[in-house]
Amino acid sequence: MSGILELKNLGFVYSQGTPFEKRAVSDVSLSINKGELIGIIGHTGSGKSTLVQMLNGLIKPTEGEVLLNGKNIWDEPKKIRSVRFKVGMVFQYPEYQLFEETVYKDIAFGAANMGKSGDELDQAVKSAAEFAGIKPELLQKSPFDLSGGEKRRAAIAGVIAMNPEVLILDEPTAGLDPMGREVLLSRIVHYHKEKNNTVLLVSHSMEDVARFADRIMVLDDSRLVMFGKTKEVFSVPDKLEKIGLRVPQVTKLTQLLRQRGYDIPEGILTVDEAFSEITAFLKKEGKIW
Amino acid sequence: MVRDVAFGQYFPGNSIIHRLDPRAKNLIFIAFVVIIFCAFNYVSLGITAAFTLLFLILSRIPAKFYFKSMKVILFIVLITSLFNIFYGTGDVIWQWWIFKVTWNGIHRAVFVTVRIICLILASSCLTFTTSPTELTNAIEWMMKPLSVIHFPVHEISMMMSLALRFIPTLMEETDKLIAAQKSRGADMESGNVFKRAKALIPILVPLFVSAFRRAYDIATAMECRCYRGGAGRTSMKTLSFSARDAAAFILTAITICGVILCNIFVTSVI
Repeated sequence: MSGILELKNLGFVYSQGTPFEKRAVSDVSLSINKGELIGIIGHTGSGKSTLVQMLNGLIKPTEGEVLLNGKNIWDEPKKIRSVRFKVGMVFQYPEYQLFEETVYKDIAFGAANMGKSGDELDQAVKSAAEFAGIKPELLQKSPFDLSGGEKRRAAIAGVIAMNPEVLILDEPTAGLDPMGREVLLSRIVHYHKEKNNTVLLVSHSMEDVARFADRIMVLDDSRLVMFGKTKEVFSVPDKLEKIGLRVPQVTKLTQLLRQRGYDIPEGILTVDEAFSEITAFLKKEGKIW
Repeated sequence: MVRDVAFGQYFPGNSIIHRLDPRAKNLIFIAFVVIIFCAFNYVSLGITAAFTLLFLILSRIPAKFYFKSMKVILFIVLITSLFNIFYGTGDVIWQWWIFKVTWNGIHRAVFVTVRIICLILASSCLTFTTSPTELTNAIEWMMKPLSVIHFPVHEISMMMSLALRFIPTLMEETDKLIAAQKSRGADMESGNVFKRAKALIPILVPLFVSAFRRAYDIATAMECRCYRGGAGRTSMKTLSFSARDAAAFILTAITICGVILCNIFVTSVI
């Protein structure tokens, strides 16, 4: 089965042919299926941002190719804009890109660029606002009057309104308070489930990735070092720690317990899972009932 | 990308030109601008060109960066020299309709071309080898006499160094905004002038907003550190002239004398 997005020996070198030459991505090959939620983790400077910017044609790869629905996105360079509508990209701190007079107009910007108008546009804006959790009464406000979390969600709504087949979010929760993170992440997961769209989530938070991702890409020093099911990736903590990443704290905790001889299964990723497994274990031992 | 502009960039290094006192470099640059326009014959023009070349070589900056800095103004150089060819006076050597080519015009064209190129190369050499902070320190020192007439020298130079400090930041920000708006389908490469100007709004509005935000942030940060202007303020790095600078001054003086002597003893061509 061929995936919605396929990368073949993808590589990128910044300022090629100058003394400032710097390799950002090398030889990444993989396939992403429709409807998957993929987590992308890696150190600062490991090439995550460059990689995702190649997926929607903002950066042209210096090696290899990106296939969207089996077609190389750079086959027709003139039509690269249509690729950007299919692969929606939300940058880090997207709230700084807001510019319109009202939230409504700002959310409509991308969809209007696609050529939508009238009822179709109105429908797209309203449903995107709902997915992002923007209350209808906020739509006529100036985007600069919103709170930090609301601004961020409004900016994300602007990408969702284009109804992309693939949604890429680069560090969507950076700089938000715990409440704002929760709201935003639950909105993204809700959107993913409802639309059955493909979502790529770049994150520094292992907890977030562990909770939601089906599969995880691990990048280190421009290379793809791991790509597999979330549980599998987090079951090799040594390998992750060697490249400066870590497993979620609760995974680490259960691993330490297991090392001390407690019979708790491997690959626990969330606090809820850990809670039910540990209580089950304690019941079995007759410590609680 | 926006960042690929070479003109005005600083390349850290340790060459003899890098280590010259920024005030010396500035003064020499000003003297150079004067002498390049005082050269009226090919010998003196050659002397100033050789003087420029010496500085470029001593700066140890790869030649291709100098070429890159010239690329921007090459067009202006071409146009001005072309005009100069037809604006000469004296014996006409070739004529078509209202266009007259004279020897005088050709000489003028050569002089204008060499002068502009030398100017650009020299100013590139100055900015390539002098960090923005050094540059503003030097300018502050040179403006100091103006404080007698209550000219806010320190404040002006502080504003200059802050402005210079934010150029790379704002360029980076512009790159990011362009990428973000392109991702939302903003079309900046096609359409007529009006359409393209309108396409800049989604970039400029957020850029201004963030520039103001940064300005407020830096004002707060400065106040938190009890910044209160220039009165009684000393500098962390005190500039001091050295033997190197003296040598550079002497070399400049010799060049000036050379140009003046050539102007006296060799006949002017323009």
